[in-house]
Amino acid sequence: MPDFDNEKQGITGLRLMAKIREFERRMPLLSEEGLIRGSTHPSVGMEAVAVGVSLALETGDAVASNHRGHAHTLAKGADFGRTMAEILGRSDGYCGGKGGSMHIGVKEIGVLGTNGIVGAGIGIATGSALAAKVSGDGSVAVAYFGDGASNQGVLAEAFNLAAIWNLPVIFVLENNHYAQSASIEEMVAQPDFTQRGIAYGVKSVAVNGMDMRDVYLAAREAVDKARAGDGPTLIVADTYRYLGHMAGDTEIYRNADEVKQWHDKDPIAFLASVLIDAGVLDNERWTSMQAELATEVQAAEDFARNSPFPDVSTAFTDVYDKEEEVSR
Amino acid sequence: MSKAPKSMSTWRALNAALHDILEDTPEAFVLGEDITTWGTGGGIYGVTRKLADVYGKNRVMDTPISEEVLISAATAAASRGTRPILEIMYSDFAFLGFDGIINQAAKSRYMFGGQFDVPLVIRTNGGSGIGKAAQHSQSLETLFAHIPGLEVAVPGTPGDAYGLLRHAVTTNNPTIFLEHKNLYYDKGLVDFEPLPFGQARIARVGTDVTIVATQQILARSLVAAEILEADGISAEVIDPRTLFPFDMDTVYASVAKTGHLVVGHEAVRDYGWGAEFVAEVVENSWDKLDAAPVRLGAARTPIPYSEELEAAVIPTVDKIVAAVRRTLA
Ligand SMILES: Cc1ncc(C[n+]2csc(CCOP(=O)(O)OP(=O)(O)O)c2C)c(N)n1
Repeated sequence: MPDFDNEKQGITGLRLMAKIREFERRMPLLSEEGLIRGSTHPSVGMEAVAVGVSLALETGDAVASNHRGHAHTLAKGADFGRTMAEILGRSDGYCGGKGGSMHIGVKEIGVLGTNGIVGAGIGIATGSALAAKVSGDGSVAVAYFGDGASNQGVLAEAFNLAAIWNLPVIFVLENNHYAQSASIEEMVAQPDFTQRGIAYGVKSVAVNGMDMRDVYLAAREAVDKARAGDGPTLIVADTYRYLGHMAGDTEIYRNADEVKQWHDKDPIAFLASVLIDAGVLDNERWTSMQAELATEVQAAEDFARNSPFPDVSTAFTDVYDKEEEVSR
Repeated sequence: MSKAPKSMSTWRALNAALHDILEDTPEAFVLGEDITTWGTGGGIYGVTRKLADVYGKNRVMDTPISEEVLISAATAAASRGTRPILEIMYSDFAFLGFDGIINQAAKSRYMFGGQFDVPLVIRTNGGSGIGKAAQHSQSLETLFAHIPGLEVAVPGTPGDAYGLLRHAVTTNNPTIFLEHKNLYYDKGLVDFEPLPFGQARIARVGTDVTIVATQQILARSLVAAEILEADGISAEVIDPRTLFPFDMDTVYASVAKTGHLVVGHEAVRDYGWGAEFVAEVVENSWDKLDAAPVRLGAARTPIPYSEELEAAVIPTVDKIVAAVRRTLA
């Protein structure tokens, strides 16, 4: 049974969560300013899941993310400035501005992409785990997906495949209770999502997605199991998104009381209090830490804002491996 | 009984069509993701607004994110006597249900010797222009038009959106009803009459060149036609409205008059439906052509996110003007 070290995972994780929160909090503002095109989906409130899982991973491991994927990407080790630049469609973005918020891939740290197709990451992570098994490279793969995505057919096929082949994959279901405007009450008849894994022979655990320690410990166990060749795990994290599904969401589908109740379980405030109680953090250090993070995120934002837009000619590159002439 | 014509936006025209369909057609029902509780109560672009309030949850249903089963289930529901109108939030997501569309819906009548009608309508949107990037911006009309058994509507105005949708529900063939995400807020006159498939519309009368174009490229062709007019070139602009059935007669008649043809669309140019139109004209109206026709379409690239890049990969007004000059040169 792995253990949780307040200094090692606690302080590191708290810092990362708070930094991601600061980053994500800016998304609606940047969107209102017209700097973000299309849709962007912040995960404010859900930081403990991405961070808890990532702390259990190595750089060589892979993650397949979804539309709400900034935190997954940043927690895996992506540079905040380059991630922001991609979201703003700039040339210094990880994908040169071709991908945007929903298509951020970072090969060197195993980020196989945020994804615009709900559920797609489930199959992608399974494929990464298959490659790990075939090549014996020892890596594990994580799929992050929502309660909504769990209703996609690919889940059934991926779970079965991962189970019969003992693939080193960890399925992380972020149950934030809504899929766009659809509540789990209306969209699933079996709200215990661990049943989905159990039905296919995938070891399944439920965790408190607002407690980073709980997420980390479950992820650590799942990673160890996967690396040992003992197959997949489903981790169902109970969590909540504080902001709308995307910028501009009217949120007519949920009431403010409910949102407030979840704010009382805030994963960042909670972990900070745990660490303060344990004596590894004090209010003063926590305050200065937050100020530092805000400065770092501001630097990332400045970097992104100052990054030039990509040259138009790049619209026609990368379609094929060789620079084949594509029709214009 | 019939309503007076009115100017309204495309999304409102579609909303009006759905209200009228549910009113007139007891077998019709509407389903899709987030169609009753999103935005101001009616889907991502408002098209299904208030339908559930009026017609109830039995005929207007929010679904899980399960495109694969929804498409095949709607197909079967259609063959069992109901008339499902399924909204797929973006046409890109229809790929999850391609078995349902192509192997089941499109072939069921044929395979089973004509026993089954499949009065299914899949409403969805395609196209680029608002930064939705590679997985939410594709123009897939060619792909659908290629499949025997499917009908494909590509309304380019609010009036056509209303009329074609009213008709789509009455046909016993599966219809892919492709709206354009960048045209939902454009306004135009709606006369609240059903519009049969396979009747092209002459959007602008002209004598020197025929431009065939749909949706966003249609709108750009009309702008291009004004620019050309200033140079003394008279362009006739034709909107096919449906890609199958498609109305070649209107195109032949126009080309007989102008002798020149430009076809423009937002689907990727290579292997696109424009090639089909050009080939038909070349095969059947060769003697009426005074010059080689020109095809315009999107570059052979996915749709990029960054604004200038996105704008660069689909035909612009300038490119349409240049194409006309090329064929007239
Ligand atoms: C295949 C597909 N269907 C629908 C959508 C539109 N869509 C984007 S996010 C979303 C909700 C996803 O909910 P969930 O999986 O629970 O993740 P959450 O947004 O709650 O994090 C929907 C319906 C999509 N992007 N892809």
